[in-house]
Amino acid sequence: MTLASLNLVAALPEIWLLFAVSAVLLIDLFIKDEQRDVTYTLSLIALVGSAVLTVQGFSWMPRVAFAGMFVADAMSDVLKLGMYAAVGLMLAYSRAYAADRQMYRGELFTLSLFALLGMMVMASATNLLTLYVGLELLSLSLYALVALPRDSKPATEAAMKYFVLGALASGMLLYGMSMIYGATGSLDIHAIAAKVASGTASRTLLVFGLVFIVTGIGFKLGNVPFHMWVPDVYQGSPTAVTLLIGSAPKLAAFAFVMRLLVQALPGLMADWQGMLIVLAVLSIGVGNLVAIAQTNLKRMLAYSTISHMGFMLLGILAGTLQGYAAGMFYAIVYAIMAVAGFGVVLLLSRAGFEAERLADLKGLAQRSPWFAWMFLLVMFSMAGIPVFVGFFAKLAVIQAIVDLGLVWLAVVAVLFSLVGAFYYLRVVKLMFMDEPVDSSPIAVKPDMRVLLSINCLAVLVLGLMPDSLLQLCFESIRHSLGML
Amino acid sequence: MSEHLLSLAIWVPIVAGLIVLATGGDSRAAWARLIALLGAGLGFLVTIPLYTQFTLLHGGMQFVEKMPWIPAFNINYHLGVDGLSMFFVILNAFTTLLVVVAGWEVIQKRVAQYMAAFLIMSGLINGAFAAMDAMLFYVFFEAMLVPLYLIVGVWGGQNRVYAAVKLFLYTLMGSLLLLVTFIYLYFHAGKTFEIAEFQHVLLPLSVQGFMMIAFFFAFAVKVPMFPVHTWLPDAHVEAPTGGSMVLAAITLKLGAYGFLRFALPIVPDAAREWGWIIIGLSLVAVVYIGLVALVQTDMKKLVAYSSISHMGFVTLGFFMFTDGAPTTYGVEGALVQMISHGFVSAAMFFCIGVMYDRVHSRNIADYGGVANTMPTFAAFFLLFAMANSGLPATSGFVGEFMVIIGAVKVNFWYAFAAATTLIFGAAYTLWMYKRVIFGEVANEHVAELNDVNLREFTVLVILAVTVLGMGLYPQAFTEKMHASVDTLIMQVKHSKLP
Repeated sequence: MTLASLNLVAALPEIWLLFAVSAVLLIDLFIKDEQRDVTYTLSLIALVGSAVLTVQGFSWMPRVAFAGMFVADAMSDVLKLGMYAAVGLMLAYSRAYAADRQMYRGELFTLSLFALLGMMVMASATNLLTLYVGLELLSLSLYALVALPRDSKPATEAAMKYFVLGALASGMLLYGMSMIYGATGSLDIHAIAAKVASGTASRTLLVFGLVFIVTGIGFKLGNVPFHMWVPDVYQGSPTAVTLLIGSAPKLAAFAFVMRLLVQALPGLMADWQGMLIVLAVLSIGVGNLVAIAQTNLKRMLAYSTISHMGFMLLGILAGTLQGYAAGMFYAIVYAIMAVAGFGVVLLLSRAGFEAERLADLKGLAQRSPWFAWMFLLVMFSMAGIPVFVGFFAKLAVIQAIVDLGLVWLAVVAVLFSLVGAFYYLRVVKLMFMDEPVDSSPIAVKPDMRVLLSINCLAVLVLGLMPDSLLQLCFESIRHSLGML
Repeated sequence: MSEHLLSLAIWVPIVAGLIVLATGGDSRAAWARLIALLGAGLGFLVTIPLYTQFTLLHGGMQFVEKMPWIPAFNINYHLGVDGLSMFFVILNAFTTLLVVVAGWEVIQKRVAQYMAAFLIMSGLINGAFAAMDAMLFYVFFEAMLVPLYLIVGVWGGQNRVYAAVKLFLYTLMGSLLLLVTFIYLYFHAGKTFEIAEFQHVLLPLSVQGFMMIAFFFAFAVKVPMFPVHTWLPDAHVEAPTGGSMVLAAITLKLGAYGFLRFALPIVPDAAREWGWIIIGLSLVAVVYIGLVALVQTDMKKLVAYSSISHMGFVTLGFFMFTDGAPTTYGVEGALVQMISHGFVSAAMFFCIGVMYDRVHSRNIADYGGVANTMPTFAAFFLLFAMANSGLPATSGFVGEFMVIIGAVKVNFWYAFAAATTLIFGAAYTLWMYKRVIFGEVANEHVAELNDVNLREFTVLVILAVTVLGMGLYPQAFTEKMHASVDTLIMQVKHSKLP
């Protein structure tokens, strides 16, 4: 491997982040507890630095690094920008929350940033091993983050569950990858695609491997029937970590599915399409139906995530440029909504009080009208009511599958989203139509007030003018897949 | 200015609503009321030129505005009105003004949010009536549910939350199927959401049948038609007076308008083939729901059921086909009935609201002899009750009469069944009127009643003038419709089978 084929410039954001995280890790060892704002600021600087490098290096043409193991293309760049924003907002929102719970220290920052690094690698990997390494870096950081409050029983339990099932999923994925490697003799996704297209690889072996890969993906995305860990982990984790798990990794997961299925195995599209249809329909159905029965806000949002991931898969399984772009748009929009939604949950929590029951939202319109309205925007957007951006995400996805002729699938999807509307409406009902149980005013720091408001209003503003983001998704997918 | 009239009709109320919302808590309620009144007034003023500058020369779209909104999906911000929709924009702005006045003193809790919800909803409804792009229509059509949900759920009566959720989910169910239909048509019309293009798509009968089902669910729920009408009595009863007025006067019309704008011209063959089902359901609504209204003990419920019965006339008028198309009398009669019902039902709900504000009861049994303590009010209420039962010289008569004439042309028995409404309508309305207004003073609540104040009097006079005016000179309305109705009938005549 020559230095030229390394082409480190393409991976500059990742390299910068790696150095920055290491610096944060070291500096944090030498400062006192009351000076954690220093490492917090440094973490934000690390994020901004990565963002600047990503924007500066942006080009529609894919830039390959590490001799074809890594690529910085438009799709990964756009997704990375979304991840920086999500992680940055997560750190900002969780400041007060973490400080109240003795979590406001280096571990939170460094683990979050390492998770981010893992996601970035996932988004840019073009080799089965790189993909796997990125995924594991993300997963291991998240397991540790979930277990951050050591004395909390639910958190430890959640971490355990997450770890065991996550390891199982990784094993499945790895096994599937080994089958693909056995069939094609390569780990490079383009080489695999070429080999599959040539028709010389054993089809039985390929499909056998594909089943395990899709199972692994199903676990990681939390698709039914591999969703069992999602509600438990969402509920047990500290809300700040739930926010992280629920937002940015979805963007990475989208890229992960794109690389594995669309770029490496387009020759098996007919096979994975069928599998994804099952996963998507079950996720949308079960996710929405079971969410109704939840009394815990975090569990409800967990089931809502499951159904949203089903919708995202609908876009991918369409197998068209429009479909992939719709899936990407859906992932980004979902990340925005999830950050905002969990942000409001964080806002309601105080020292010694974990807001996580639906009943904690009662009468929010009287306690804090502004945030009640903001949360209303997010809820209606998640329910897919126009003119909020969640509607356009659903529209894009449904349009892609109707184009394919799968009208029945579209009808099933919209009917289950009707079921979904019910529990989002219930949240609005609790906020606006019930009397508050706990009438203590909500203390919000000014930086959080501004950021959260912008975050929620983005749901409305993007809904009023979704075009540029839609075009951006379309163009970046088009250039990244080389479909000109 | 005049080329942006429709945009103004949509955005003036919405912007006013946002300003009202910004006034915040109830400590500045007076400001909220004043700004809401100004916004609603201005919103009404900008719709007046729609009537005065409306040309009778052609049946196409007027006041057209078009610019791209979401080029990625080829969705355009395309507005326009014709003789079918123009009146509803004005009616809506007019009703909003009345609602603001009606809620002036009555609403004391979260005033700014109440007024803002109505203003924003008014703008969204105008958008739905003026949209020439199916997806734009859908966005307005759905977005409207958000303020409506809050209005019923926050300011409604005892069982308000149940009613609000039912209202929301019923209407959402219908519209989601509509969404799939629109997307299907998008691909068959050459990747465009233009309604005008949808009307030229050739579709086999089976596909038209499925679309008819989707349209039926989307619009029949809003109208509402039997048997998907059950949300309406709940929503009406629990809604605040203003909410009931807007629901009855405007949102129900949106369903009927949907049939006219989408179902008839896009799937005419399905309408020909299965129109008899809709006729049957409409007649059930007219006769059976009329009887149901008769036995109600709650005044609001009674008027709600009477609304369903009256809307049965509207759908009846749309779907009575001769020579492969609806009759001019039928369609125009139905449109007149829609406008008239907008005034009359708003007036009826306002009258009930006047009594409710004083006695806090909607039960007929809690009243009696109101005429003794509120003579002025009783006189107005009588006029509206007469209009509701279709007395000649009031607006209620014109539409019903025209639809019945249309029905006679098609099938005598349709006309016969429809005409029974003149009996049932009179029976349930006047019987209620008798029990509430006449007789001895029933209890001390009624004895303590004060007659209408200036604010209420103004609203009543305005409504009375319009109801009488429309009854005496319906030409002012029908002449604007002719050209567009003829265009529509030509379109329906034209088969869309490939």
